[in-house]
Amino acid sequence: MKAAVVVFPGLNRDRDMIAALTKIGGEAPAVVWHKDAEIPKVDLIVIPGGFSYGDYLRVGAIAARSPVMQTIRERAAQGVKVMGVCNGFQILSESGLVPGVLMRNASLRFVCREVKLSVENADTDFTRGYAQGQIIRCPVAHHDGNYFADAETLRAVEGNGQVAFRYAEGTNPNGSINDIAGVFNASRNVLGLMPHPENLIEAAHGGTDGRALFATLLAA
Amino acid sequence: MKARVTVTLKAGVLDPQGQAIQGSLKGLGFSGVGAVRQGKVFDLEIGDVDASQAEANVRAMCEKLLANTVIENYTIEITP
Repeated sequence: MKAAVVVFPGLNRDRDMIAALTKIGGEAPAVVWHKDAEIPKVDLIVIPGGFSYGDYLRVGAIAARSPVMQTIRERAAQGVKVMGVCNGFQILSESGLVPGVLMRNASLRFVCREVKLSVENADTDFTRGYAQGQIIRCPVAHHDGNYFADAETLRAVEGNGQVAFRYAEGTNPNGSINDIAGVFNASRNVLGLMPHPENLIEAAHGGTDGRALFATLLAA
Repeated sequence: MKARVTVTLKAGVLDPQGQAIQGSLKGLGFSGVGAVRQGKVFDLEIGDVDASQAEANVRAMCEKLLANTVIENYTIEITP
């Protein structure tokens, strides 16, 4: 399993993501700069978190229109797995690769804390390492994680098993509709999620609940 | 030729920033203010093209970048 991490100016979680992929996969991912229209032949493309282009216009909006995203769109259509975390999720949603949009947190505050997630669909290449309905711990750190989709989109997302993770036990930190923390595209090879599983993968982090996601992905 | 694009949140989309502004206005004594919705305005210089072509160009810009049509509406004014 070969992985690539795509880096845009203004991201700041790329090193954490590279470390997680390297430690769990045993091989460093290729690092692709946003101006490179080419991505090496890989099985997994990851867009990490941060504040691409200073979140100008809308979060993720400028990065979503960069040349590398066209390549990512093509790879995703070929079945390559794509994961966007935090700003990466915002970029995927602005690109139309996952449904819905991330808006300013309902509290208007930046939230940096741990939440509980329930695994809503454990039958995917991303989530098979968890049990259906399992509650896991995961950190979040964002200002714009308030997931929204119109009623019709939401029906489709809920009906098609596209909800990957939901904030559980009253820990919704941002006002997301239906407590949605992560969604798949219709064919479930693209995942966007606001929480940071890469920051809970070893004892020094205070827990390892994020590890199964990477272990499953990198073994697949 | 110039274009002004106004982007507003669609009805039914929660606008916590608008609500905070409404609360602040109330705090300043503007008691009659109902709902506040925050939007964006873009002023574009678009060169010398005819008005209908300009409108089509700016509409494409709105669809591709300036607005996220999942949650936002836009209006376009073209002026010489």
